[in-house]
Amino acid sequence: MKLGRKFSLIAVLMVVGIGLTACGNNQSKSGNKNNSSKDNISAALVTDVGGVDDKSFNQSGWEGLERWGKKNGLKKGVNGYNYAQSNSDADFAPNINKLIQAKYKTIFGTGYKLVSAIKSAAKANPKTNFVIIDDVIKADNVASVTFKDNEAAFLAGVAAAKTTKTKKVGFIGGQRGLVIDRFEAGYRQGVAAVDKSIKVDVKYADSFAKPDVGQALAKAMFNNDEDIIYQASGGTGSGVFSAAKNEIKKKKVWVIGVDRDQEDEGNYSGGNLTLTSTLKGVGTVVEKMATSVQKNKFPGGKVSTYGLKEKGVDLTKGHLSSDALNAVENYRQQIIDGKIKVVERPSQLK
Amino acid sequence: MDLMTILSTVVSTTLIYSAPLIFTSIGGSFSEHSGIVNVGLEGIMVIGAFSSIVFSLFMSKTFGWMTPWIGLFVGGIIGTLFSLIHAVATINWRTDHIISGTVLNLMAPALGIYLTKLIFDGKGQTGFISQPLASSKIPVLSKIPIIGKIFFENTSIVAYIGILVSIFSWWLLKYTRFGLRLRSAGEHPEAADSVGISVYFYRYCGVLISGFLGGIGGAIMAESITLNFSGTTIAGQGFMSLAAMIFGKWNPIGAMGAAAFFGFAQSLAIIGKYIPIIDKIPNYWFTIAPYLITIIVLVAFVGKSQAPAADGSTFIKSK
Repeated sequence: MKLGRKFSLIAVLMVVGIGLTACGNNQSKSGNKNNSSKDNISAALVTDVGGVDDKSFNQSGWEGLERWGKKNGLKKGVNGYNYAQSNSDADFAPNINKLIQAKYKTIFGTGYKLVSAIKSAAKANPKTNFVIIDDVIKADNVASVTFKDNEAAFLAGVAAAKTTKTKKVGFIGGQRGLVIDRFEAGYRQGVAAVDKSIKVDVKYADSFAKPDVGQALAKAMFNNDEDIIYQASGGTGSGVFSAAKNEIKKKKVWVIGVDRDQEDEGNYSGGNLTLTSTLKGVGTVVEKMATSVQKNKFPGGKVSTYGLKEKGVDLTKGHLSSDALNAVENYRQQIIDGKIKVVERPSQLK
Repeated sequence: MDLMTILSTVVSTTLIYSAPLIFTSIGGSFSEHSGIVNVGLEGIMVIGAFSSIVFSLFMSKTFGWMTPWIGLFVGGIIGTLFSLIHAVATINWRTDHIISGTVLNLMAPALGIYLTKLIFDGKGQTGFISQPLASSKIPVLSKIPIIGKIFFENTSIVAYIGILVSIFSWWLLKYTRFGLRLRSAGEHPEAADSVGISVYFYRYCGVLISGFLGGIGGAIMAESITLNFSGTTIAGQGFMSLAAMIFGKWNPIGAMGAAAFFGFAQSLAIIGKYIPIIDKIPNYWFTIAPYLITIIVLVAFVGKSQAPAADGSTFIKSK
């Protein structure tokens, strides 16, 4: 027993020690390379917990920054462009501080989870530009970017309503909140716009990382005769796709993907069951913002909203029938022209 | 939904949800009966999930429909190798079991993601497998009227295999020479040693079996539910299995029952929303239902749960 205790103590000390030395190194590295060139346009991105290769949100943002950097002949690293990956919520603040010390001119935070970390960093560093994506911060050196996900979700609703044979469609969300509310509200409004008699079954998994719950929810929906499910639930969504792959052997079902083209997820031995996907152009926005800093037109203190009109969100063609595609294009134009106003919260639905 | 659909949905979602937990929790009971606490089940599941997905991605053309089944075996083998770390650390080096298990849990996701990046050109998650462990009907049994439709149609075959494995494991631990010796290493290692039983050998067996079954559990999760490997493929199922094992009083059949029960509670919470009258209950009741039901059953029916006497102790062979 005593020996065991001693070992555990040593193990804990070692882990702590490794952590400390790692921090020390980082600080000295960024401290040495202080550079105060006048036309500093360098930019860096702090990821949400997904990381830069999450095949979704963060990856799209990083790809946008990379495109911008390469276009301007910058290199990855200090004075160029870079990212800091967050593996947990506790990494946000240290990551931002690391980038500030390395004198990046503009720092992007992808995801609403970074709000409080960006807010306090912006207050302490008024000369650095910050961009928060998917939320709003009121400060002169912070530009806020939100997406009208509800508009893309509306089109998904139209597509579902035009495709369903059973007149019942499903929606599986991750966790209730401002962002997913937009998806639910838009989707329901879109379905109702086509046919009020179609039922929309809305369920939440209460987590973005529970594929097993996602699968059970989807299975129940299919057994309830719903033939199309729109999933806005991150990692939970992979369970929705696997449930559909089980179901497709018996009857025709579809899944609508989210945030990026989820065509890959829908492949099965007899074809593809991803009806379409709603897209969120985080990359485009990051690219635009970085360019605006370059032209000294950083929209600090402002909120920019990207919808269908600004091509910030979109719907893929996927496997939609020409009839459904026509309807989608029709509604898209009506939304762009302002004839249809898509609501943001389910409570605003009539 | 009509009654038949409700019942068959409850049964099939229960089985799909609990299949990974069943295998892993049985594995846990082997390890603990030999005297080694294994909180590293989560990490073992991650490694099992990862290796089975990699196998499936590369070999599905060669093995066709057999791929997922061989994939389970591969997950088990790699899980066994991974659990060897825990075995060496706790049995030979006499490390604290909790610390060593935590090391597995910390190491596995990082290792899995790192290797994914190495194998798949820097991507953070793998592609999707083309040969999933799909649900299907069980021949003959599905022909039974009513019961066949509820229990054996469109269901998870691995979950039924898991139930058989739990019965076999119970018999193995309770009635065979191997089982008795393994348990003696976990109840009173000094006494076992004094009659010439190699405590080290049986403890190794216990840990490696838990590695094998835990690896299979992880592989089932990946091959039937997520269909790819990413950081969120295994998110807490290892700890759920650990809880199922304790809930089931360290008995393989009990552990299986508890795992199935967790799945049942989860499934009820989902299906409840489709049953008339019950669907009027506010949503948060459904959300807390699995946990509430578990607490009530634990307090009211299960009673005291007793771990093997020398569970978590280190054994030093006297010279």
